Amino acid sequence: MRAAGPPRHNGAAVLTVENLHHAYTPGQVVTSHVTFDVKAGEIVSIVGPSGCGKTTLLKALAGLLKPTGGTIKFQGKVVQGVPDGLAMVFQEYGRSLLPWATVNGNIELPLRYQSITPDECRRRVAESLQAVDLSGFGERYPWQLSGGMQQRVAIARALAYQPKLLLMDEPFASVDAQTRADLEDLVAAVRDRYGITIVLVTHDIDESVYLSDRVIVLSRPPSTVLAQIDIDLSRPRDQIKTKAMQQFVEKRTAIAQMIKRPIAG
Amino acid sequence: MSTEELTVQRAASHALGALQSFVVRYGLGIALVIAWEYAARRAGSIFFPPPSEILHRAAVLWLSGPPSRLFLSDGVFQDVLPSLLRVLGGWALAVAVGVPLGVLIGRSRSLSDFVNSTLQFLRAIPGPALIPVFIILLGTESTMRVTLIAFGSVWPILLNTIEGTRTVDPLQLDTAQAFRLPRYARLWRVVLPAAMPKIFAGMRVSLSLAVILMVVSELVASTSGIGYRIQNAQIMFLLTDMWCGIILLALLGYTLNWLFLKFEDRVLGWHRSARGRTAAS
Repeated sequence: MRAAGPPRHNGAAVLTVENLHHAYTPGQVVTSHVTFDVKAGEIVSIVGPSGCGKTTLLKALAGLLKPTGGTIKFQGKVVQGVPDGLAMVFQEYGRSLLPWATVNGNIELPLRYQSITPDECRRRVAESLQAVDLSGFGERYPWQLSGGMQQRVAIARALAYQPKLLLMDEPFASVDAQTRADLEDLVAAVRDRYGITIVLVTHDIDESVYLSDRVIVLSRPPSTVLAQIDIDLSRPRDQIKTKAMQQFVEKRTAIAQMIKRPIAG
Repeated sequence: MSTEELTVQRAASHALGALQSFVVRYGLGIALVIAWEYAARRAGSIFFPPPSEILHRAAVLWLSGPPSRLFLSDGVFQDVLPSLLRVLGGWALAVAVGVPLGVLIGRSRSLSDFVNSTLQFLRAIPGPALIPVFIILLGTESTMRVTLIAFGSVWPILLNTIEGTRTVDPLQLDTAQAFRLPRYARLWRVVLPAAMPKIFAGMRVSLSLAVILMVVSELVASTSGIGYRIQNAQIMFLLTDMWCGIILLALLGYTLNWLFLKFEDRVLGWHRSARGRTAAS
């Protein structure tokens, strides 16, 4: 385990978002003028009130959705379609894992179409399953596993793909509290081990502060970036100790204040 | 109570349970056959021979061949086999046309809009109504019958494949796209397996349709087949032979369906288990 030290990201932006604008219909603007960048090796959370277009933003980053305006660059290239070196973990693991394939089959599938040898493929599957502590479950089917385990399979699938950038869309919203805490720590461990850049969307402010190096707060739609808050809490972080720290409480309170909205009448 | 007694009791209750489930499953069928036998013997009508007589006659018709041919008689090779081949041939053709075409239409919104009303119209044509047309076009040989079976039984496969491939979970498609699966892989590894339960449901319906169409096609301008044999027996007043053909058709339909279910179980085992799991949780 690494000692708490300087941030692990090296300062060069891998992902830049400029003036991102998206409207599903001309009248319904979801995001307008969203601008931020993400440095290599950073964990960045995107939070905001519900309906602020977090998922839309993430889909645009992934190249799954063509925004109506603005530019997204990944590793210096404008994103048009899904770029190479990107993996995604969805909230609904139960639907994103293929029920007709085993755990191994699910993890392998994206690798089959990369130019890697079968040996390398097997090695990656085994290694990624080990990283999420699911060695020995490769022959099971996803639906034979608990929700938390399924989401770990989804993470393993992303890891085996060896992405530069990992996008996560509310990855822990559908699992119980204990599993959620474990998965949060797993994500931090994965970043440390593989040096992946991680952008995650969450509606949970505690989670965003606990996990991230930086939290990007979006406003209500048409959403813009309200604030970018650096989280300089020491690492490794601890579910109990870190969350009891004065600094943690201050950050989470500040963010909560920002996205608090009047009760709609 | 001693453990021995308990064991005996348990074994007894197990046997009782097995008997009970056998009675529940097959009791009605057995009772009906017995009632039929009794009623037919009492009535003594030549139009309704008792099942024992039908069974006996069936053995003579189909199972009186030489041992070298597994006791199968000429009747099997002249009538049963051609019928079976027509059913399977027509149905296979329906699958071979229906599935690829269905995938194509199901995955293309514009193509689907373009062909939908035409397909619904064509589907409304009762297959047997086309027999005269097919006879003109294809003659009276097996080609005509196979084509008729294929035309009549392709619809459930085609429409279910369209439905199945159109309603693939968008998240599964997003996942495939996010991991940069090439187009053919998305089709082969995601769209097709996802649509498989619906495709199979269509294939099963169309298999029983194929049997019906086989019989109908053999009632017209035919010289072989089970349907021909039934009609011929009726004309020649061989009423027991006629009943033999009818029972054989029922048996054939039942067996084909059973075999198909076994096959479906192998291919779609994941589907049933996954659904059972979700329903239970």
